[in-house]
Amino acid sequence: MIRAELRKLLRRPRTWVSIALLAALPTLVAVFVAVRDVAPRPGTGPAFLSAILENGALFPAAALAIVLPLFLPVAVAVVAGDAIAGEAQAGTLRYLLVRPVSRTRLLVAKLVATVAYTMLAVVVVAAVAYVVGTNLFGSSPLPSVSGSTLSSRDAALRTALTVLYVGWSMLGVAALALFLSTVTDSPLAAVLGAIALLVTSGVLVQLEAASTVQPYLPTRYWLAFVDLFRTPVLWRDVVRGTLLQGVYVLAFLTAAWANFATKDVKS
Amino acid sequence: MIRTTALVKRYGGVTAVDGVDLDVREGDRYGFLGPNGSGKTTTVRMLLGLVLATSGSIELLGQPMPRRAGRVLPEVGALVEGPAAYGHLSGRANLQLLDAAGRGGSRRTRRARIDAALEQVGLAAVGRRPVKAYSLGMRQRLGLAAALLRSPRLLVLDEPTNGLDPQGIREVRELLLQLNREGTTVFLSSHLLAEIEALCTRVGVVDRGRLVLQDELSVVQAPTGRVEVRTADGPLAARLLGARVEDVQDDRLLVRTADAAALNAELVTGGVRVAGLAPERRTLEDAVVAVTSAGSDRVAS
Repeated sequence: MIRAELRKLLRRPRTWVSIALLAALPTLVAVFVAVRDVAPRPGTGPAFLSAILENGALFPAAALAIVLPLFLPVAVAVVAGDAIAGEAQAGTLRYLLVRPVSRTRLLVAKLVATVAYTMLAVVVVAAVAYVVGTNLFGSSPLPSVSGSTLSSRDAALRTALTVLYVGWSMLGVAALALFLSTVTDSPLAAVLGAIALLVTSGVLVQLEAASTVQPYLPTRYWLAFVDLFRTPVLWRDVVRGTLLQGVYVLAFLTAAWANFATKDVKS
Repeated sequence: MIRTTALVKRYGGVTAVDGVDLDVREGDRYGFLGPNGSGKTTTVRMLLGLVLATSGSIELLGQPMPRRAGRVLPEVGALVEGPAAYGHLSGRANLQLLDAAGRGGSRRTRRARIDAALEQVGLAAVGRRPVKAYSLGMRQRLGLAAALLRSPRLLVLDEPTNGLDPQGIREVRELLLQLNREGTTVFLSSHLLAEIEALCTRVGVVDRGRLVLQDELSVVQAPTGRVEVRTADGPLAARLLGARVEDVQDDRLLVRTADAAALNAELVTGGVRVAGLAPERRTLEDAVVAVTSAGSDRVAS
């Protein structure tokens, strides 16, 4: 079942179009910065972007920071929100279930496919950004955010950690959208619901009056991966973010399973 | 093959299925009839474990459902409320994905089984065209192919001839008859009386969630005890037979008698020119109309 789901994902044009668009956005930004030779001043604009003129190898991290706030979670929400509701809308869900595929197994396969999509998207964005960055801006020893330099091996390791952290952060979105996908038969509703929750969280994170709930908001620690490029690495927010996402993932997946396992499939 | 006991499904305050006791035996061609909204589809969905019953029990192939769905369903082929497939893939790719999705379909024989199923439903030469370019009839055939993929012991088909032209309907009927001869039990749900009459050996009729009739088709279509006589000498025949004539319409008389041959002799002796004479049988339609109420999709003023 898992293999069938992965094949389904990879044979779908939408998968590749969305990943291509995800990789194109940071590339577009890089081209603008390279042509005008002006980067945002430090402290403004997306994280790391101010530093890329000196070092293109930092661009994968900058690229992830560009797609992370909106584009990437929307793409993940679309794939995860479509997972069950899309099959229900197309009518294929009933044929999968009488094939028979156990509902738990179907849910797990959908989750695995969503994780595969997320990781594929994040890795492709980082890889394309590395090629674009080093070609447009050249690479020199990487200055860390704290000022000291990083060896290229160290930098690669930190970038890999960033990829994992961003992927993990997106898993919370995936779990939420997957849960909504078991609730409704309309993939659009599931995707919109997930995005609505993320936008709400994003607004509250900016709002000082909401400071009491901020540590628990799903988007609160998304950009904490910047700390991975400090020397020494500042682990506090990264660890908190990882744990918080873990709680969200567990809660939404349990809810998705509880709902789907006993649901009347009338689509 | 299928046995339900006091099957009930309630949605909130609405009772969609109300105490249905289905009994489908091995080798049957069972016709499940009922007007739209009578609970047919809900019953079929409960049989297949898609909808969970409020109360009552279901046995499929002798095993309790939905508890043993993983064991039972690989031996059941189903077409529920129209076919469905991934539009961007070819019919063959759709069958491959579906077969690979669950257990009970060996990988080594997959190609051969898919070829055989496509051949059976008349889609052998369809090629790599994506399903979104299929006609409704072709989709229906593809859905049938999916149901036949693992040579099931039981076929549960909901309106299988939907969207087919008369030629296609006949092909599907012949295919089902052939499969049935080879030992497959066929459970056919439809609101088309003619389809059930042409194919089935047993019928069950649901109305407003209740099973109001379940019997052999030959019993349902039992002789009524009247003989239909066609003659140009209507008035003469009526005078001859007197009170035994129960109905006269143009050149058609309905005569109550147990012995058609004796009636014929009597008429001919009496000088009546008989053009046709046959025992009257109850039609399936009469039987169904007698036990069902007006269509539940009809909204009274």
